Amino acid sequence: MNSIINRIDKNQFWKFHGGIHPPEQKFITDNKPIRTLALPKELIIPLQQHIGQAAELIVSVGDNVLKGQALTASNHPMAVPVHAPTSGTVTSIRNSTIAHPSALQELCLFLTPDGNDTWQQRNICTDYSQLSHQTILEKIANAGIAGMGGAGFPTHIKANSSVNNSAINSAKIEFLIINAAECEPYITADDLLIKEHSPTIVDGINILYELIKPEHILIGIEENKPEAIKTLQNATKDIAHIKICVIPTVYPSGGEKQLIQILTGKEIPSGFLPNSQGIIMQNVATCYAIADAVINDAPLIKRVTTVTGLGLNKPQNVWALLGTPVSFLLEQCEYQPQSNKQRIIMGGPMMGFALSTGNVPVVKITNCILAPSEKEIASENTEVECIRCGQCADVCPAQLLPQELQWSAKAKDHEQLEVLNLFDCIECGACAYVCPSYIPLVHYYRIGKAEIREQKQLEIKAEKAKIRFEARKLRLERDKKAREEKQRQAAQARKAKMNSGTPQANTEMSAVAAALARVKAKKAQSMSTGASMVQKPSSGSSAKPKNPQVAAAIARAKAKKLANQNKDIGDNNDANETITEPQTQINTQTNTQTNTQANTQANTQANTQETIPTEAKTNNPKAGISAEDKKSKVALAIAKAKAKKLAKDKLLEASSIEKSSVEEKPTKVSSVKQSYAEDPAEDLAEKDLANNLSKSTVKTDKTLLESINKDPMSKETISKKDSVSEHGNINNIHSKKLASNANLTEDEVRKAKIAQVIAKAKAKRDISDHNEDDLVAIEKKKRIAEAVAKAKAKKQQRSELT
Amino acid sequence: MSIIIAILVIGFIALLFGALLGYASVRFKVEGDPLAEQIDDLLPQTQCGQCGYPGCKPYAKAVAEGEAINKCAPGGEETIKKIAELLGVEVQPLDENHISDNTPKVAFIIEEDCIGCTKCIQACPVDAIIGTTKQMHTIIVDECTGCDLCVAPCPVDCIEMRPIETTKQSWQWDLNSIPVTQVD
Repeated sequence: MNSIINRIDKNQFWKFHGGIHPPEQKFITDNKPIRTLALPKELIIPLQQHIGQAAELIVSVGDNVLKGQALTASNHPMAVPVHAPTSGTVTSIRNSTIAHPSALQELCLFLTPDGNDTWQQRNICTDYSQLSHQTILEKIANAGIAGMGGAGFPTHIKANSSVNNSAINSAKIEFLIINAAECEPYITADDLLIKEHSPTIVDGINILYELIKPEHILIGIEENKPEAIKTLQNATKDIAHIKICVIPTVYPSGGEKQLIQILTGKEIPSGFLPNSQGIIMQNVATCYAIADAVINDAPLIKRVTTVTGLGLNKPQNVWALLGTPVSFLLEQCEYQPQSNKQRIIMGGPMMGFALSTGNVPVVKITNCILAPSEKEIASENTEVECIRCGQCADVCPAQLLPQELQWSAKAKDHEQLEVLNLFDCIECGACAYVCPSYIPLVHYYRIGKAEIREQKQLEIKAEKAKIRFEARKLRLERDKKAREEKQRQAAQARKAKMNSGTPQANTEMSAVAAALARVKAKKAQSMSTGASMVQKPSSGSSAKPKNPQVAAAIARAKAKKLANQNKDIGDNNDANETITEPQTQINTQTNTQTNTQANTQANTQANTQETIPTEAKTNNPKAGISAEDKKSKVALAIAKAKAKKLAKDKLLEASSIEKSSVEEKPTKVSSVKQSYAEDPAEDLAEKDLANNLSKSTVKTDKTLLESINKDPMSKETISKKDSVSEHGNINNIHSKKLASNANLTEDEVRKAKIAQVIAKAKAKRDISDHNEDDLVAIEKKKRIAEAVAKAKAKKQQRSELT
Repeated sequence: MSIIIAILVIGFIALLFGALLGYASVRFKVEGDPLAEQIDDLLPQTQCGQCGYPGCKPYAKAVAEGEAINKCAPGGEETIKKIAELLGVEVQPLDENHISDNTPKVAFIIEEDCIGCTKCIQACPVDAIIGTTKQMHTIIVDECTGCDLCVAPCPVDCIEMRPIETTKQSWQWDLNSIPVTQVD
């Protein structure tokens, strides 16, 4: 420890491995004072400007905010707030391109300055030694200070770790190192800040001294800043524990681990933070911000940014409000674009990234905006093969093996990358700088790092999925067992009760016996009826009027058939009569088979509205296009609608029974449905109509099913019906062809359209006729019907595929 | 005589070792199939069933018993390579029947179309769907493995697979976006 101080006193420092000497290019800006800029028209404030978590918004669009007012707040320790850099109005909060190499969009707050620059209420504290540590830390945290050297680590955590966590790290903080090295070419922001504001910086250092109580404070500064060194020496000459360490200029001496090695000779082990070795490092700009926050109660709302490069007429350091668009800075420094190929780089030339748009804002870590001329930064050199010269390994400050890393990164050998300690790479770019083959080594490492990180994320996710999968399996098994157990117990309980011999049990038993007997009797009866029906089909019709659903369905079918037959006569009354007196119609019916046929035909007509006119046409091709025919068609439609309504009313009444019946016979529905589904698919292109159709189809199907179910002859009927419906379809197609052959297409189409419109209107009116409850029910049914139709289609498709 | 002694001694030693081995086999018994466990660790745990097995673990077990190693579509070439390494067999290209789009996706329920049938909930291998009968369902994005199994049972086709959006954290460097910066 003493030897370290002795060496420092003698100006003898350690060396870190490697390092390069790129052209410094600091002369462009280091002799010009920091300029304060006019307010930009709009400020773009990203909600997250540091490592860690974004805080939550506490303002909304349209709010007027004062300068220094917090815009976000959070209780999360890794979240620091952002503040309004000037007074103005929040104009919008939306996603915008952020200062990140990915040029992704993140949530940003857009502030339009009002030009008054009104500060919020501030409590200026002249004597910070009166404040408790906790108060100071809170002030630092509330000021939103995050490491301004480039990483953006929340400062209050670093400053706090020394106080509370020293027990955990079991290392007393020996050294507080203030990083003023600023080793990257072009950048002079810290240099200028020291020159102009060294008293404030020293205040900040003193505050940190109070908080951390280190044994020594070392300020590391490269020897290429003589003026700044002098200023600092003057400002600190009365403070014994602060030592100014003037170190040789070599890139990247400003890296945290590198500077620690230069000043103390200690190497921070891989994967450890410097405070584990009793060292804490802060940037000079952070010290300035701390002093400003604690003494002047001014949150971090502006920073010194070097706007440099030969592409500018007036390169200089500026006080940039956080959120100032880069384009505004360039404009202020008179950017002269020479060609389209020119890039704007945020950060230094070694570690920065090219911006995709000028609309990116300055954030807490933006120390430099570089607008180089084409001469300064050579346009892309094509990468050639590695020649194994080993220069990269010579210059690597982290003592890695860049060329091996590069091979492994290209081969995506993640294990090998980790063996080679990829994560110790500080991405300084020294290796890429010296590479004679122009291999962009750092980019390969960045890709490799991102891939490994993603891989780890995936592994975590996979582990989670595995646990959840296993938990689910367990749960399912448990549920199954529990269910079986329950059933078993219930069965046992029932048995026990039955056999218990109590009068209640006896009555129950007798009730069951009675029910069984009833069922048996019924079965026998129905069998005998069925047999009699086969022998005497006409008796079936006499049984029918008992069943309203069946009656309705048959009536409807009759109506249709009659209407068809009477079409050429065009007798409206006849058709109407058919509907109004379905019972008589039924009685006149003699053959159940004709009945079924009629049924099917009726269904086909009711469901495939479009086919009606076609069929009508084929039924009486001679009738032509007469007015009478039209009339008859209207009559038919009316008749149909009435029949439908009748059926529907009954249907609604018995909807619950219906449902169960539908569930009982899903296969039948499907077979019926399929035949219909095929039909409209051919006949109709319009989708909504198809929907309409499928809806009505299901309904009529239900009626049909109902009738079938209640019909003693159900089985026979179904089989017949299926075949008949198929037959009917073929007939339809056939008749259609006939019609087109007869050159009636034009009128046909017209009529079909009219019929369609009428049918649609009817359907609509039908719906509106019902009260709201019914509407909801219909809606629901429709949805279910649609779902069923979809499912069917899918199934069919799948089966076709296989 | 000496022969009998020899036989006795050898017999005694044999018994001793037998007892030792018997004890060890009870004392250090390994639960489950260690090889299957190892293979299971290599699988992506999407539980998608594209391999023809109901989940990753059953497939791992099958592989341990000699099933082809190239049936895991979500794992892709990477997983095949790893399994081949573990088992010391040849790397095979992914089975043609199992080639699928490997971009990470999560299921998304179009909520206004959901009829609340709970079919997808029953299909989800990792319980990443919440909802109940006749109530709208939704996906817990963080838990969804993108296995696709909920898409087919949906009767109204209201589930679609959406690619996961890139965030700052998951973003991958693109070599061509940032050129090497050479300062002269």
